Amino acid sequence: MVENRPWLTVLQHFVLLCGVALVLFPLWIAFVASTHEGRALVAGVIPLLPGDQMVENYRTILTAGMQGAGGASVGTMLLNSLIMALSIAVGKIAISLLSAFAVVYFRFPFRMLCFWIIFSTLMLPVEVRILPTFEVVANLGMLNSYAGLSIPLIASATATFLFRQFFLTVPDELAEAARMDGAGPFRFFKDILVPLSRTNIAAIFVIMFIYGWNQYLWPLLVTTDESFYTIVMGIQRMVTVADSYPRWHHAMATAVMALLPPTLVVLIMQRLFVKGLVETEK
Amino acid sequence: MADIAIRNVVKRYGDTQVIHGISIDIAAGELIVIVGPSGCGKSTLLRMVAGLEVITEGEISIGGRVVNRLEPKDRNIAMVFQNYALYPHMSVFDNMAYGLKIAGRPKGEINERVQKAARMLELSELLDRRPRQLSGGQRQRVAMGRAIVRNPAVFLFDEPLSNLDAKLRVQMRLEIKQLQRSLATTSLYVTHDQVEAMTLADRLVVMNQGVAEQIDTPLEIYERPASTFVASFIGSPSMNFLPGEVDGDGTSIALAQGPRLRAMGQALGQHGGRSITLGVRPEHLAMVPEGEEDFHLQVGVVETLGADILVHGKLVEAGAAARQAKGEGGSGIIAARLPGSARVLEGERLPLKVASGLLHLFDPESGKRLVEV
Repeated sequence: MVENRPWLTVLQHFVLLCGVALVLFPLWIAFVASTHEGRALVAGVIPLLPGDQMVENYRTILTAGMQGAGGASVGTMLLNSLIMALSIAVGKIAISLLSAFAVVYFRFPFRMLCFWIIFSTLMLPVEVRILPTFEVVANLGMLNSYAGLSIPLIASATATFLFRQFFLTVPDELAEAARMDGAGPFRFFKDILVPLSRTNIAAIFVIMFIYGWNQYLWPLLVTTDESFYTIVMGIQRMVTVADSYPRWHHAMATAVMALLPPTLVVLIMQRLFVKGLVETEK
Repeated sequence: MADIAIRNVVKRYGDTQVIHGISIDIAAGELIVIVGPSGCGKSTLLRMVAGLEVITEGEISIGGRVVNRLEPKDRNIAMVFQNYALYPHMSVFDNMAYGLKIAGRPKGEINERVQKAARMLELSELLDRRPRQLSGGQRQRVAMGRAIVRNPAVFLFDEPLSNLDAKLRVQMRLEIKQLQRSLATTSLYVTHDQVEAMTLADRLVVMNQGVAEQIDTPLEIYERPASTFVASFIGSPSMNFLPGEVDGDGTSIALAQGPRLRAMGQALGQHGGRSITLGVRPEHLAMVPEGEEDFHLQVGVVETLGADILVHGKLVEAGAAARQAKGEGGSGIIAARLPGSARVLEGERLPLKVASGLLHLFDPESGKRLVEV
């Protein structure tokens, strides 16, 4: 915009600030709630300024956990979530890279059919296939295990598609030059394609890590053992406790803790993430 | 160093045949340039030698060994690509060393060979850079370096200079030639640029529509083109073609536009009465005083090049009043290359004479060369 009207600038900033406030307010409330005593939150008026129980609350959830509410400690749940999200993200990237490599660089019968089959699974998210998937996982004895938490979520049409599109933009001559240099298909994949996909891998890692971290329904189904509970489902369990007040202050502290890892991942990988989505290095 | 034999090579994609049986024998150490217009199959031929395309029929052997079924890496060749195909994420050193690393050479040897090639190509200062940080000419050198370090029996060049600007192209052309001379490595070089082709080649292969029209030294191809296609493709501006007919006694040629060229010598005798296409190179036309001319040129456009001028215009009969070219065959539009000192005005009628002994006669049907005149 090349306009120069001061009142317009003020208005623009006002609108933007309103938007930011709208997004941040719930987060602020969650943080504030996590720093008060439990009673302050059920008293009627929710406080808007931080209280003095912050250290106390966080120490409680991190160490003692929610034994009262029949759950594992928040530390364990965080670890479970981390393992699950990491396995999903890494697994998705590994499988998608390989399948995109196969679809783009190899001529095999029904190649396009394979691609479209992979692509059509976009229409079958976990929620749609949840019963058959549960059946399979249960029969394989993977309930209450990290494998059961992550493997069914690993196949990814989105990432395969993204990598395919990227591979298609890599000049053919690069593959040919590698062939002349004596690099076999796997060597080419490892030495040339994967390093070139670095930014794309970072972008997909961020998206998939958050996807894995935010899984709610699936962990709820496949875990009955507390030691495999993930943090996202753990929060829900905290507020639906029988015969007791919901411990909102603890639940909110847990929610804040649950927010941190994805935020960190985004912050750390932000530059690569944006680069991976907007530019291709060739 | 190795010789290459290409025997009756045919390439088909499904039902479409793009190369119709080409045979070329290349001696060890020779630099062969394959030239032709876009889509004539020259790159396909090169890629078949490289092993990047399957050979449908025929046989290619390198150093006496048939390579039809060998992977590119087993053919002992190196290729320079048009867009260089450097690995963007690797340094110049790694780009050049990659092939050797895969071949499992010891580190010391790799280092030594890369350093040597880098010195030869003046890349020593740039070994740590990424391709992105290099200029076009430097990238081109790295691509050549990548080919050199492997010390192959054959270099393949696929239009390596077409991404460079005109000045750099001339310079790199010279460097390629010197390099090829000093290494004496058999080379196949594909280009669509006839100047590149003429200057680089020991022998030229002129291709058209999947057929090798002529395989010969550059000078021979310039002086005795085997067909109208070769004649028009090599030389700039391209050869003028005029339809005409040889007189019954073979002493003169009557052009369709009217003028008659006399005193053709004995060679025409056997073609008496025959229709021909006459070819005259623009540089073989000379301005002469009124009265000595073979025909007049009604000047249309004059292009000044400095050393020369190019005169484009319409052919008209000598002496006759501005007479329209006859309807049949040929527009009579021709170009002449005259010395830069000649003062020619647009719209003027210029008396021109054909340099004797530098005419080309072609069969109007097949386009094949008829006789030496």
